[in-house]
Amino acid sequence: MSKGTLYDKVWDRHTVTELPTGQTQLFVGLHLIHEVTSPQAFGMLEERDMAVAYPELTHATVDHIVPTADQSRPYADDAAERMMAELEENVHDAGIEFSDPTSGNQGIVHVIGPEQGLTQPGKTIVCGDSHTSTHGAFGALAFGIGTSQIRDVLATGTIAMEKKDVRKIEVTGELPDGVGAKDVILEIIRRLGTDGGVGYVYEYAGEAIENLDMEGRMSICNMSIEGGARAGYVNPDETTFEWLRDTEYFQNNPETFDELLPYWESVASDDDAEYDDVVTIDGSELEPVVTWGTTPGQGVGVTEPIPAPEDLPADKADTARRAQEHMRVEPGETMDGYPIDVAFLGSCTNARLPDLRRAARVVEGREVHPDVRAMVVPGSQRVARAAEAEGLREVFEAAGFDWRNAGCSMCLGMNEDQLEGDEACASSSNRNFVGRQGSKDGRTVLMNPRMVAAAAVEGEVTDVREVENTEVVVDD
Amino acid sequence: MTDGPAETVEHVSGSGIPVRGNDIDTDQIIPARFMKVVTFDGLGQFSFFDQRFDDDDNEKDHPMNEDRFRDASVMVVNANFGCGSSREHAPQALVRWGIDAIVGESFAEIFAGNCLALGVPTVTADAETVETIQDWVDDNPDGDVDVDVAAETVTYGDTTVDVTVDDAQRKALVEGVWDTTALMKANAEAVAETAASLPYVDTA
Ligand code: SF4
Repeated sequence: MSKGTLYDKVWDRHTVTELPTGQTQLFVGLHLIHEVTSPQAFGMLEERDMAVAYPELTHATVDHIVPTADQSRPYADDAAERMMAELEENVHDAGIEFSDPTSGNQGIVHVIGPEQGLTQPGKTIVCGDSHTSTHGAFGALAFGIGTSQIRDVLATGTIAMEKKDVRKIEVTGELPDGVGAKDVILEIIRRLGTDGGVGYVYEYAGEAIENLDMEGRMSICNMSIEGGARAGYVNPDETTFEWLRDTEYFQNNPETFDELLPYWESVASDDDAEYDDVVTIDGSELEPVVTWGTTPGQGVGVTEPIPAPEDLPADKADTARRAQEHMRVEPGETMDGYPIDVAFLGSCTNARLPDLRRAARVVEGREVHPDVRAMVVPGSQRVARAAEAEGLREVFEAAGFDWRNAGCSMCLGMNEDQLEGDEACASSSNRNFVGRQGSKDGRTVLMNPRMVAAAAVEGEVTDVREVENTEVVVDD
Repeated sequence: MTDGPAETVEHVSGSGIPVRGNDIDTDQIIPARFMKVVTFDGLGQFSFFDQRFDDDDNEKDHPMNEDRFRDASVMVVNANFGCGSSREHAPQALVRWGIDAIVGESFAEIFAGNCLALGVPTVTADAETVETIQDWVDDNPDGDVDVDVAAETVTYGDTTVDVTVDDAQRKALVEGVWDTTALMKANAEAVAETAASLPYVDTA
C-alpha cells in the first residue's frame, strides 16, 4: 500500500466514510458533464424524484456531437439537436453553469476545465468520460465514470470507489529535439501494455516530466486510461501554479489563489512517499512514436521496424496479426512513408495552444499534400481565439488546412467529421480502435501534433525531425 | 429501479456465448454513432454492430449472429475486455441483448464498474480456464453456465472451476448493495461535513 503520495493525501481528504461494500465514499470536488453520458443520469434522477446535490460544483459543456462547421440551431443532425436540447434543459433546471457555444467558453470538457481555472491541485474531479484523467496534470485526482455513477454524483456529490495501488513512472533525462509529451505516453503504453495499469493510478515524475509545460503534462495524463490506469497525475509545482495564476479566473480572484496555494502545495507526494511499484524510463533515448496497429499500445519508434506478431508475447500475437491486416502494414517495414489521406489535428490530447503552435511551425510556408484533406479542430473556443489572435489560423489556412470550430470532431466521429471508407488518418488524438473515427474500415495512426503536421504536408508518415532540420526551429 | 435495497445477485445461470479476442474496446461493443440517444432503451440490437454486420447490413460471422447463442446470458471473453471509452452504453447494450454475467480473463476497470452498477458480475479466471470455458460453450450452446458470485466458482457441465470476484463487487452483489445512490444519499450529513473541511469548497 502506498503512503504519503498525492493520491493518498487527496483520497484521505475526500473520504466521507467506508461503505458496507468495502468501498470508500469519496467526495467529488468538481463534476464535469457533457451531452452524451449525462441525459440518462438526469433521467434516473427524475425517476427517483431526486435533485442535484451540488450544482455549484458541477459544470457542463457540449463537445462530442457539436458540429464543427455550421453551428446554427437547430443543428442539421436531428439526433445531435435533441441531445443538445436535453442538456440545455437539464442544466437549466438544475442551475448548472454551462459553457455553451454562445458563451465563448465552449470546448472539449478536458480542455475547458483547466483553462477556466476549475481544474486545481488537490481536487477530486469526475466526468462521464474516460479521458478525465487529463486533469491529473494539475495534481488533481480525476476519474472517468459511467452513467450510473454520474447519477450517484448528481444525487449525492460523492462516488463509491475502491482504493488503487500507485505506480510511479519516472521519466529521466532530457527529451531529445523533436520528441514531445505524446511520444512519452505512447512509449509508456507500448512498454507497459494497454492493461498494464489495471489496478493502478499512475504518478508521472522525473526530470522529463517536470520540464514539460502544463499542456504536455495534460497530453500524458490524458492517455493514462489507454494504459489501463484509472487515473494519472503529476505533482503540482511552480509550473502548475504559474499556469493557474495566469488563468482569467485567478487573474480576477488573486486572493482565492493566495488562499488555496498552501493547500495545493501540501498535496504533492512527500519525498519519502512509498509506492507500490516504480518504473523508470530513460527519456533521452526516445524518438517520435507512431502506432502501427489498432490499439494505442501498438506503437513503434518512427524509424524502428514494425514487429512481427510471432515475436510478440503469445497473448498479443493474434491481436497484432489482425491489426496489421486492418492497417495493411508489414512487419519489418517502418511506419515512415505510410501514405495517409487525412490529417486530424485535434482532440483533448493535443488541441491546445502550444500543440497548435508547434504544428504551425512545421506547416508554415508549406502546403498540404494534394491527396490529403487536413483539418485543425481547436480544443476550445478560447484556444481558437488565442490561436487566431497570434496568426496561427492564417498559417494553417494558407497551407490548405480546414480551420473548424471547437469540439471532439474526428476523434470519435460523432458529428459530421468522419473518415470515409478505408482512409488512413494521421491523428493527434488518443484512440486508434477500429471504427473509432467514424468508418469501420478507416485506419488511424496516432502521433504527436508536429508529426501530424509533417504527415499532412508530405502525404505520408514522416519523421518530423527530418523536416525540421531543413527550416523549422525546434523549441522543446 | 427503485429506492432502497436493491435485489441481490448471488447466482447467474444460463447458456453461454463466447466472444473471443483480447482488448475488445467499448467502441466495438457499441459504436459511437449509436450513442446519439438520450435513453439506453433499444441499444441491445446495436451490440457489436460493426462486428456483426457489413456495410450493406448483411450478417457477418459473429457469435451474436448465431441462432444457437441467441438466448445466451453468460458471455465468456478474454483479456482487457471493455477497454477504451467509459460509455455505460456498452454494458447497457449487452444487458439489453440479454447478457446477465460476463466471465473473462480481465476487464477494464471502468467497464467492470459500469457492469456492477447494473448488477452484472464480471468474474475473472486465468487465460487457460477461460479458453476452456469458451470451447465448452462452443460445443454446448444449450448447456448451462452457472456463475456463483458468492462462492466464486463457475460451473459448466460437470466441471466447477474457481474464479475471482473482486471483493467489493462480491459484497455489493451478494448483499444487494450495488445500487449506491440510495446507500450514499443516506450519508448526506457526513458529505456536507467533508465538503466544509475542504479549502476549495465555498460553503458560505
Ligand atoms: S476529444 Fe476524443 S477522447 Fe477527448 S473527450 Fe472528445 S471524444 Fe473523448
